[in-house]
Amino acid sequence: MIQFIELSKNYGDVKALKNVSFEVKKGEILGLLGPNGAGKTTTYRILTGYLKPTSGTIKVKDYDVNEDIFEIKKMIGYLPESAPIYKDMLVYDYLNYIADIRKVSSSRKLSHIKELADICRLNNVMHKTIDELSKGYRQRVGIAHALMGDPDILVLDEPTSGLDPNQIVETREIIRRIGKEKTIIFSTHILSEAEATCDRVVIMDEGEIKADDTIENLKKSTNEDKFENIFRKITRGS
Amino acid sequence: MENIKHIFKKEFKNYFVTPIAYIVISLFLLVIGWLFFSTFFLNSQASMMRFFSLLPITFSFIVPAITMRLFSEELNIGTYEILLTLPVKFRDIILGKFFAAVSFIAIMLLPTLIYAVSISFVGELDWGPVIGGYTGAILLGAAFSAIGIFASSLTKNQVIAFITGMTICFSLTLLTDFLLYFIPNTLIGFFQYFSANFHFQNISKGLIDSRDILYFITVSFIALYAANLVMKEKK
Repeated sequence: MIQFIELSKNYGDVKALKNVSFEVKKGEILGLLGPNGAGKTTTYRILTGYLKPTSGTIKVKDYDVNEDIFEIKKMIGYLPESAPIYKDMLVYDYLNYIADIRKVSSSRKLSHIKELADICRLNNVMHKTIDELSKGYRQRVGIAHALMGDPDILVLDEPTSGLDPNQIVETREIIRRIGKEKTIIFSTHILSEAEATCDRVVIMDEGEIKADDTIENLKKSTNEDKFENIFRKITRGS
Repeated sequence: MENIKHIFKKEFKNYFVTPIAYIVISLFLLVIGWLFFSTFFLNSQASMMRFFSLLPITFSFIVPAITMRLFSEELNIGTYEILLTLPVKFRDIILGKFFAAVSFIAIMLLPTLIYAVSISFVGELDWGPVIGGYTGAILLGAAFSAIGIFASSLTKNQVIAFITGMTICFSLTLLTDFLLYFIPNTLIGFFQYFSANFHFQNISKGLIDSRDILYFITVSFIALYAANLVMKEKK
């Protein structure tokens, strides 16, 4: 479904990504893990067309990010880190606006917005401005935004960061539920969360891929019981 | 194409949910109303000429205030990332915002029609220059909006966007007045073709000349195209 092929990105002299290659299969929930500054967000930004790669490419189905980024944008729902959303807009207006841009047909629009409000539990805040919402609600608006128009692929950058334990569990439920039909790439710093939701993990550090496997296989190959220890071993080795 | 409409709708609506719109409109009406009417009765002429002659200088600081947030705010709070990862073309984003700003200017000018109507009661108002003047005002507003949008695309700081936009607009307005002191008279004729004020005054006399219209369209196009290049460069 998605192939990252020798992807590199430099910001001036800083090499944020160095020859990153991996693949995401259709229907998979992939956890992209790594310490801060590992290059996860840069990877997402190239995939979603916000940045251009310095070299290498990403292929989504048969489309190439360097050539057909517009087609790729249509297939991807993206939640950027900390969900930046227009503060002055009402939740309903915002979702309506995204629905228009995503070309949701006018006959389906209202029911689709309702459906997303149900999934993300936004029913009580639809008529509030985004400015008034708590962090948890704002994050859910961000998830609803990403789900708008039923994209095949979801890219969620730290969807649970800054949430309280209850909200984290709720968000995880949402990801699991929608993950049954969609291909999802997401990142998190909560390793137990990755263990609970991901089919496979890719661990990055300093712009390189350090591991790409299921958590079970990683446990077997390193003879470690705790995923946390594996993570620390992999990312502190360098 | 359809996305231009969606972006336009969002941006235009957004002007009126925040207090900025009302502040800017009030300021504009206050400044232009006072400057216009403080000398209006001295001339004892039923004409809007002076009102229109004040517009380029007033627009030079009002229009950048209208456009300053269009990109700077998005860059500042990070919604720029959302905007650029939605399936929308740069061209549609820029044009949607541009038309929203121009429509806002039209709304802002609407109350000044009262001046024209009241003057027509006092004396014989020639409507030709008035219609020309308003056409020119929209064209001038469009050109300055495009410049303001370009300035806004450069920075996430709205104050810097405002000052940059204002500087360019003032320069275009006062170009010939400045150069008067520095270059020989024979060259003024050439340089005045770059002056927004020169072209606007032609239109506001009621002379609708394709050269003047072309000037404003060209300035708008160049500034919007520059904004497009800035967006591409930011990747």
